[in-house]
Amino acid sequence: MQKRNTEITVGMFVAAGIVAIFVLAMKVSNFTDFTDDAGYEVVAEFGNIGGLKVRSPVTMAGVRVGRVSNISLDGSTYNAKVTLSLYSQFNTLPTDTSASIFTAGLLGEQYIALEAGAEEEFLKNGDVLHLTQPALVLEQVIGQFLFSKAEGE
Amino acid sequence: MIDFIRSLGRWGLDTLQRLGSGHLFLWYMVKGIPEVLLRFSLVIQQLQSVGVRSVMIILVSGLFVGMVLGLQGYNTLVDFGAEESLGVLVSLSLVRELGPVVSALLFAGRAGSALTAEIGLMKSTEQLSGMEMMAVDPIRRIIAPRFVAGIISMPLLAAIFSAVGIFGGFIVGYGLLGVDDGAFWSQMQVKTDWYDDVLNGVIKSIVFGVVVTWIALFEGYDASPTSEGVGRATTRTVVHSAFAILGLDFVLTALMFGEI
Repeated sequence: MQKRNTEITVGMFVAAGIVAIFVLAMKVSNFTDFTDDAGYEVVAEFGNIGGLKVRSPVTMAGVRVGRVSNISLDGSTYNAKVTLSLYSQFNTLPTDTSASIFTAGLLGEQYIALEAGAEEEFLKNGDVLHLTQPALVLEQVIGQFLFSKAEGE
Repeated sequence: MIDFIRSLGRWGLDTLQRLGSGHLFLWYMVKGIPEVLLRFSLVIQQLQSVGVRSVMIILVSGLFVGMVLGLQGYNTLVDFGAEESLGVLVSLSLVRELGPVVSALLFAGRAGSALTAEIGLMKSTEQLSGMEMMAVDPIRRIIAPRFVAGIISMPLLAAIFSAVGIFGGFIVGYGLLGVDDGAFWSQMQVKTDWYDDVLNGVIKSIVFGVVVTWIALFEGYDASPTSEGVGRATTRTVVHSAFAILGLDFVLTALMFGEI
């Protein structure tokens, strides 16, 4: 009887621990992101990516369609080369889709917003987005504003 | 002067000797693990005393740590109008740091000291040498099951701690301070990464489990067989475990999260 009770309590303990890990996976972390299939990857070059990071969201019309999977510097053009991995259910984006880097809120994190073009053909794995708009750097904007203000007077 | 150098040398030799026997001890324990897995009922008994009996303290302290994090985080974040990020703050600090570290410290105090005292008493009452007389290897029969139980319980306890703590943070944030519950959970989910944060926290807690149980069992096995010796060994377990946990935590954090 004693032994049976021990086994029951230990079983409950182990179950509680596994449930806790499960809760951490499902409720707390973005584990569900990884259950998606890998989807496909496209590359976009930006003059300046600001504070964009790997795993930043990629959205279209505000809906999340993928995430940034890699950022590197192109050695010849000195542009930032950003690899976007898009979920496979969004496989009907036109080839002239444009990408811009925006900031969520005034001081929030940066994300890539895609805007669909008008081409008939769809983006495939490894394609390059040619129409891009770099991140707005707040200091530059303020600097330009002050400069034009001073010039105007 | 010569005396000083001599005492320094003796101290060095003693430390080296203890380090060496500690690692040999670890090696014997690890060698005993396969056999233990075949007789798992021994481990279940130990899981009861090492793991199950630590659940209560883990639950209560996890809840309160989470609630305090919620309160303190809110007070700071509200100045920036970012109180919706409370969920991120609570979940990241619990999953990455506080969950593994605080539960390992509690585990060392609750289970580690008990293990040392138990083994130390077994040694001082000559139960261990009695077993050797009967050609039963005490490391395989007594020590290894406790080692395995410690390694299994630690990550489970840390996960329970983190989960309960996040729930505590949610109670305070949503119930007491009126943070929007949708933003609380969704921001948390976006910013908490399964591999980088949760799994690294689990790895941390496994490492802590190995180290704390190892220290506790070795101190008990190595204790001088007197009541004073057992007392000192128990103290040493708690102190050394705390050092090891906090030091290793820095190293592990630098390896996992620091971009070195």
